[in-house]
Amino acid sequence: MSSNEEWRRVDGRRWDELREIRIESGVLPNADGSAYIEMGRNKIIVGVYGPREMHPKHLARPHTGILRCRYHMAPFSTEPRRSPAPSRRDMEITMVMRYALEPAIFLERYPRSTIDVYAEVLQADGGTRCASITAAAVALADAGIPLKDLVAACSAGKYEGRIVLDLNDHEDKYGEADLPLAYMPNLGSITLLQMDGLLSPEELDRCINLAIEGCRKIYEVQREALKRKYEAKKEVEGN
Amino acid sequence: MKSGKGGFTSRLKLKRIQEAISSGKRLDGRGLEDYRDIRVKTGVIEKADGSSEVFIGDTRVIAGIEISHGPPFEDTPGEGILICNAEIVPLASPDIEPGPPDEVSVELARVVDRGLRSAGIVDFSKMEIIPKKTVYVINVDLFVLNHAGNLIDASTLAAVAALRSTIKPIFEVRNGEVVPSGRKEPLEIKSTPVSVTLSKIGGALIVDPTSEEEDAMETRLTITLDEKGNVCAIQKSGPEALTPEEVRKAISIAASKAPEIRSKIIGGT
Repeated sequence: MSSNEEWRRVDGRRWDELREIRIESGVLPNADGSAYIEMGRNKIIVGVYGPREMHPKHLARPHTGILRCRYHMAPFSTEPRRSPAPSRRDMEITMVMRYALEPAIFLERYPRSTIDVYAEVLQADGGTRCASITAAAVALADAGIPLKDLVAACSAGKYEGRIVLDLNDHEDKYGEADLPLAYMPNLGSITLLQMDGLLSPEELDRCINLAIEGCRKIYEVQREALKRKYEAKKEVEGN
Repeated sequence: MKSGKGGFTSRLKLKRIQEAISSGKRLDGRGLEDYRDIRVKTGVIEKADGSSEVFIGDTRVIAGIEISHGPPFEDTPGEGILICNAEIVPLASPDIEPGPPDEVSVELARVVDRGLRSAGIVDFSKMEIIPKKTVYVINVDLFVLNHAGNLIDASTLAAVAALRSTIKPIFEVRNGEVVPSGRKEPLEIKSTPVSVTLSKIGGALIVDPTSEEEDAMETRLTITLDEKGNVCAIQKSGPEALTPEEVRKAISIAASKAPEIRSKIIGGT
């Protein structure tokens, strides 16, 4: 086996390299907040509506707001085409996405209200739940919702016997393990943690640490995306 | 929604549960890392190819296995299929209403499924009947009869125990068609994964929560391990975050509890 430093992955990356990430905020005129992310060949758009009045009303809680999420994949996002009906996988990701974002939001400030986060995967290339969470955090900030911290997410895993960061579709399908993780860098909090595959306890620990490092890098990209939007606004207002 | 903060438990009781756990105690007298009594029976449904019934305290889950045949998944054409399905039926708890599976039962099925599959509980590469066309399909149906907390651990245990008791019908190809040969053999089991679910309540980590404790929990982390000590599935679920230290602690508690739970299905630790 060549050393880790020389070894290159199927897409030419080093073991600890993220795919190229591009995030743009404020992309949907109708939404209160929105973001578009490209992470490798993933293309995902997220819209946030709210805080707004909860409908149906019986779901409203008098002492707190509620975060609702929907993760959904477009029929053309995968090859072969997938059915537009939500799958069991979509239901599970919807749920863990809500749990990943909830710790960042002061929901108790919005009694009887809802914050709705909709993620649409336009093209999928492995790691869509993480990219959706990363984009959703930017969209929440873009909606002007105060956040305890941004939530950044990425995966680490094992492919051909090596621990790697940010698995692409091929590595996810044919690799030995995949561990998606979401992290709030300033609070040191893990808000999403899943794993599927086989890892020794020592490898697991390395994956967790590597994914956290990846999240820190993604966090910087999130910040830049938000800053860029406000800088652009300033210029418009200045004219 | 059943998982975390709410449910039908009164706020006063939730507070008592949290206070007890923060001071290292539990309302039912258990230590933080003690399971309730675990009982496992197999062969409870004669018509199924394999079955089991698991009790963890008052939690009661039945697993039924049926082995059939069908086309393989497109992305794994040479491999057999294992499908987990879970139903929390309305008689299991006053909180459950009839209807299509909600996210709690979907998550339950998928977390159990991931543990079995990742651990390689069966050799999926030896399940072809007609190469690339027809493979063995193992259906694992989980049925929660009484929901008294910790459904994931009980269901993983039930699924593994049922699979270990499964007698597989052998299919053969006659005139290009797949038909039962009339012969049977025990399903070959390659590993015995066990899941250990930790709940964070009052800032402390406990195992095997009751449903009242689940109502009080801040968050939950399930870790599934095989008998070699490898981790084969993780699922964090619940509205609050965990620190990396808490995750490490949870993994080490899970690793220390898993052999004890596994002994309920294979005898001896």
